[in-house]
Amino acid sequence: MLIYLALASVLFVIGLHGLFTARNLLRRLLSLNVLTTAVFLLLVVIARKATPLDPVPHAMVLTGIVIAVSTTAVALALVERIALRHSPEPEPSASTRPGEEDA
Amino acid sequence: MTAGDAAVIVLVSLPHAAAIAGFVWPSRAVTVSLISAATLMAAALVAMHAVAGYGAWRHDVGGWEAPLGIGWTIDGVACALLLLTAAVGLAGSIHHAAARVRPSTAAHDPRYFWPLWLFLWGGLNALFVSADLFNIFVTLEFVTVASVGLIALSGRLAQAAAWRYLLATLFGSSVYLLGVALIYGRVAALDLPFLAQALPADLVGMTAASLVTIGLLLKGAVFPLHFWLPSAHARALPPVSAILSGVVVAAAFYLLARAWLGPFRELLTPAAGTALGLLGAGAVLWGGLLALLQRHLKRMIAYSTVSQLGFCMLLFPLAAAGATQLAWTGAMVVLLAHGLSKAACFLAAGVIVRHHRSGRVDALGGCQQGIGLAWFAFALAAASLVGLPPTGGFVGKWWLAQAAINSGAYPWLALLVAGTLLTAAYLWRVLEAAIRTGPPDEARRPAAIAAHREGAPATPSDRGMMIAALGLALGAVAVGAAAPPLAPVLSSAIGVTW
Repeated sequence: MLIYLALASVLFVIGLHGLFTARNLLRRLLSLNVLTTAVFLLLVVIARKATPLDPVPHAMVLTGIVIAVSTTAVALALVERIALRHSPEPEPSASTRPGEEDA
Repeated sequence: MTAGDAAVIVLVSLPHAAAIAGFVWPSRAVTVSLISAATLMAAALVAMHAVAGYGAWRHDVGGWEAPLGIGWTIDGVACALLLLTAAVGLAGSIHHAAARVRPSTAAHDPRYFWPLWLFLWGGLNALFVSADLFNIFVTLEFVTVASVGLIALSGRLAQAAAWRYLLATLFGSSVYLLGVALIYGRVAALDLPFLAQALPADLVGMTAASLVTIGLLLKGAVFPLHFWLPSAHARALPPVSAILSGVVVAAAFYLLARAWLGPFRELLTPAAGTALGLLGAGAVLWGGLLALLQRHLKRMIAYSTVSQLGFCMLLFPLAAAGATQLAWTGAMVVLLAHGLSKAACFLAAGVIVRHHRSGRVDALGGCQQGIGLAWFAFALAAASLVGLPPTGGFVGKWWLAQAAINSGAYPWLALLVAGTLLTAAYLWRVLEAAIRTGPPDEARRPAAIAAHREGAPATPSDRGMMIAALGLALGAVAVGAAAPPLAPVLSSAIGVTW
């Protein structure tokens, strides 16, 4: 149990470090994901610690994963938009229709 | 099912349904949105009427009760904020619908604006009635995603601002969730009323409370975590700025207040209260100072949000000093009056900036023909922000001041006065620029713009936008008249320990 708790802390610190030091937009986003995963791991540990097993944190983690996927998708769409603007050859492709990802 | 229950169900579900409808049928999006906006306003009024008449109640969604199900608490504060959201949402909808008459840009594509706008509205409504710490996390993410989309709509510069906002607020959410996980690990519950005073003042409790607080401070842009706010709020479309500055930021403070006077009540020692109060003091002074130094109108209004929310933070030191009820009603009235007047400022600024073709404060002088109503709305809103007597801003600050006097906390009283003077200074700068006669460098401008400035009569589009702003400004004044009789309603808050 303790090892998972330690792992969660290490992941949290890694995520925190990446978020504040990375220059690359994608790296920062991934750091944020690592940080969120650390929180999920902590929740799973909390679920395991209870006797009998507590399903509520599991439900929270599942919901949290769905939310993390959606927010990551929005963030990626925004990164793509920002990156395309800074790229040397802007691609006037159909994949850059504004707001597509917001649905 | 009572009328109040039905109203709350409409408030939470209608915006989402309308958002999907607007996305599927973009040609009908404006009609659907305007009808929904009016319905939501009516529903918020019904809910408020029910709370004022029969008191606060709890709605267990789907009939599942507390430990297992996710409850809603509908009390006076929640209804006041639902009403604020409805007012800003309705005015913003009218403003945007009117603005669409002009040649449309990508930002005015009905397929993107209206669905995101309604999703944001629905997320906020769900947030205000949620009684479950995890469900609040879900609604916060909802609000985040919709806000980021809305900011990014208004072009290239706004996308960079939206990205910074997204990173800051997602980090805030993760930290908040970590705090919630620790709370659950410590007391095995998430329901706010159930948790009242439950968090013990031990190491885990204090860590959890700090994490939840840091997460919400980031989302509420409380000094020194406000770095993302000015560009995000200043670069968005006027209605988006209005709802972000007036309501979204207020939602974070609302949660902070409910958390500290609910689950964290045992932790609200004078030391913790003072620490939170000092953050508020920093916000009032630093935000006010930067507002005074801004050259652009919208950035000034955005910094003013940082400053004004600092006043609300005085709730914590004053509650820790014993004047809980008075400080609570004072802070909530400041929050409501600020929401209405700040939204009015942004909507009026939208018209003013478009008329002058410039957002610089020193370029706002000269011909104001046709936009008198916008300036009137701006001046009324400014009066409420400063806290001149009949307005809501006055009543809220007066109660905060009384709470400070009653609990002998005179330094906070001094801060209130200093902050008020600062607010008056930066808002006067704008009004003074407006009443100045034409700028001397008129000849320097292109002839076309000069012609536009001389003769542009108010179009119906301008009029609709100005009436929306004026409605909100009048609302901020009306809060001043409505607050004293409604004070008991505002202090009906389930799960809050006085």
